[in-house]
Amino acid sequence: MTRPKGTLIRNSTGTRLNHWLTAACFVLLVLSGLSMFHPLLFWMSALFGGGQWTRAIHPWIGLVLAVSYAAMIVQFLRDNLWSKDDIAWARTIDKVLANEEEGVPEVARFNAGQKMVFWSMTLLIPVLLVTGIFVWDYYFESLTSIETQRYALLIHSLAAIAAIIIWITHVYAAIWVRGSMRAMTQGYVTPGWAWRHHRKWFRSLAATGSAGPRPGKAADETHK
Amino acid sequence: MADLQSQDYIRRSATTLTPPSARSHEDQVAKLIDVTRCIGCKACQAACMEWNDLRSPVGEFTGSYDNPHDLDPHTWTLMRFTEHETDDGNLEWLIRKDGCMHCEDPGCLKACPAPGAIVQYANGIVDFISAHCIGCGYCVAGCPFNIPRISKVDHKSYKCTLCSDRVEVGLEPACVKACPTGAIMFGSKADMTDWAGDRIDDLKSRGYQNAGLYDPPGVSGTHVMYVLHHADKPSLYAGLPDDPKISPAVTFWKGLIKPVALAGVALAAVSGFLHWVIAGPNEVQPEDEAEAEHLLAAERSKKDGDNRYNADKPA
Repeated sequence: MTRPKGTLIRNSTGTRLNHWLTAACFVLLVLSGLSMFHPLLFWMSALFGGGQWTRAIHPWIGLVLAVSYAAMIVQFLRDNLWSKDDIAWARTIDKVLANEEEGVPEVARFNAGQKMVFWSMTLLIPVLLVTGIFVWDYYFESLTSIETQRYALLIHSLAAIAAIIIWITHVYAAIWVRGSMRAMTQGYVTPGWAWRHHRKWFRSLAATGSAGPRPGKAADETHK
Repeated sequence: MADLQSQDYIRRSATTLTPPSARSHEDQVAKLIDVTRCIGCKACQAACMEWNDLRSPVGEFTGSYDNPHDLDPHTWTLMRFTEHETDDGNLEWLIRKDGCMHCEDPGCLKACPAPGAIVQYANGIVDFISAHCIGCGYCVAGCPFNIPRISKVDHKSYKCTLCSDRVEVGLEPACVKACPTGAIMFGSKADMTDWAGDRIDDLKSRGYQNAGLYDPPGVSGTHVMYVLHHADKPSLYAGLPDDPKISPAVTFWKGLIKPVALAGVALAAVSGFLHWVIAGPNEVQPEDEAEAEHLLAAERSKKDGDNRYNADKPA
């Protein structure tokens, strides 16, 4: 990927590829899962070649997502650790939502909202994986009791709905905060974007002469 | 079963509209299994295999009269044998013909996500329309009696049809026809309930004080009913549920959360759109770029200074 001179690396190529693998799996899981959740959405099973195919393929896509999300945890964990500053930022959420910059604390690589997305998914995806395996009839029908499977189906649905709502928030935030989408497609942001949205991150990059995505790395890239 | 009758549905799985139901002027039917008259001959099992062309793979003997050991995609009815010792030391051999109970409020149908894969006809029979089955196993979770079995070969769910194909043309189910002792009866639900009443009076007069009819109200009654000598303890009969009802987990999963979840998802999307209209996008301003450049320039000059300082030092 050619990166314009002077821009900063927000997400490395590996991170971006893995993110979009997760995203593709998630979208396919939402479409196939919702088609088996509500009769009004059963028509979406046609996208997968019918109900039998939808039922058969959904858990396999889920396994791919579980693996890719595990890799995503490794890629993003360090920058998503919770800190006191996040609470201060969250208190100014009304200003954030109104696009006001005044009085909003500076944030590092991820703000409290992004961390909320990360941790929600980090909690929900293992729940979906375990409950999903319990109700994967073909291989695991006798792994657990039918009573366990009943609750697994309920929890799987609830967790999926929560994940979908968080995912919608995540996608909208990427549309709302201009420049974010390119940060995950082409991988770079302008210094002004970093200054405006992630000033603490920007300061740490500037101080170490790094082009990102983490301070102190790839220091020589800055002057390319 | 094939979808032969399609205008007398009172319930159709995963369907939000009223299914075709014009031809609904039918009696509610019921099969009455009088456990007290069963001799365990398995003629009903053989007749079921014969009429429905079912052959389960030959299994192994493990010391039980139950053969096969359990229901499977090719075994839709099964005699379950229980040796029960009464309080006064007598041995009773309780033999129950297990199979679909054809619930008035079928949990399988409630749980099924595939439109039309499970239907209930006006006469009360609950039938699986295999062409529409997606093999997910939700019916297994929905059923309070542990009846449906999913085939590993064709990924379809199977269970007793109450010989809906025979009943439709005025014949009794195959098991009823084959039973040599009249322990299995078939007719309108009202007639079968009356018949059971007479039989229960008879049993009580002969010392079975707890004899009674098993027509569990938890599933709004069933279209397969049992006469039991110990109706106070149905679980004696190879685990027949004492008070079967659709699990609250299934009721919640298939009830309230469906509309609430869709509303929640829609609300999230609409909120995003409204935010876009009200607050609009958050765009980087020229001042931001200027501030950023300013900081970068300051950091660069600081570093250049450091480098010059380091260069002056002797190596």
